[in-house]
Amino acid sequence: MRTAERTAGSSLARDVGAIGLAVFAVGMSFGAIAVAAGLPAWAVVTMSIVVFAGGSQFMAVGLVAAGNPFAAVFAGLLLNARHLPFGLAVADAVGTGWRRRLIGSHILIDESVAFTMAQSDPAARRRAFWLTGATLFVSWNAGGVLGVLLGGAVGDTDALGLDAAFPAGLIALLLPSLRDRETRNVALAGALVAVATTPLLPAGLPVLLALGGLLLMRRSVA
Amino acid sequence: MLVAVIVALAVGTYGFRAAGVVLHDRLDLPAPLRRMLPLAAAALLAALAGTAALTDSGAFAGVSRPLGVAVGAVLAWLKAPFVVVVVAAAGTAALLRLAGVP
Repeated sequence: MRTAERTAGSSLARDVGAIGLAVFAVGMSFGAIAVAAGLPAWAVVTMSIVVFAGGSQFMAVGLVAAGNPFAAVFAGLLLNARHLPFGLAVADAVGTGWRRRLIGSHILIDESVAFTMAQSDPAARRRAFWLTGATLFVSWNAGGVLGVLLGGAVGDTDALGLDAAFPAGLIALLLPSLRDRETRNVALAGALVAVATTPLLPAGLPVLLALGGLLLMRRSVA
Repeated sequence: MLVAVIVALAVGTYGFRAAGVVLHDRLDLPAPLRRMLPLAAAALLAALAGTAALTDSGAFAGVSRPLGVAVGAVLAWLKAPFVVVVVAAAGTAALLRLAGVP
């Protein structure tokens, strides 16, 4: 029992560490791109710390550089609206008490949700949530600072294939729960809707539309 | 203006996150809705994985990335360790790009 727990804990740390390295590299590219787009260093570093949502940060930098600050906020918030249902789903792992909720809410990101959902035991869920959130907060911001300092010397992370690492990691974390037929139907329908509507709708909306997959839920209670 | 953008984005994003976490207990959701939450998270994560694997800024993401993700997905299906899945996906995409595949 104890050995099994320790093994589970150390494999979690290793898995989170792998994603942490990728996040560090993408954080570096964010820092470099934001500085190249003309944002002052302090703004780039501050944004990474207080927003801590990569997709919306890349989008905001692009739209601010294009002279469209309102779109930067609107598009960024549309992209981040998914965190509300995510918060509902992992609230148990965040824990109780105001301090945990205040801090835990800030490190609620796609990866911390994915690692949490891959665990079923309450203690394991809590550990997965906090370890993933804290690790990625540090690696994203450390990467961002380094990217700001190195600037143009940071290469294109796509050359390293890191853009393939994230979806692959998400799929690996999702697979166990897809063994349940209902979850599989809902998740695959949601993914299909999101991919099909991505060319047509503004970023963020297709992923939210994936919630339509819930229509495939079995009616268990009359 | 830049400060306003950063503040608005930070406050709004934190608001979404905290709202979900706090509302979970406040709402005292009925059992069927409660059962829906993990399914909703799975649908959102699957949608993120699907769109991130296949699309880039609203257009098709090319060939290297989807193939890299596919290699990772197959390895995950075969129960390969997580680190292997992630490294193989990235490595496949990187090698394909090195070979000139878009």
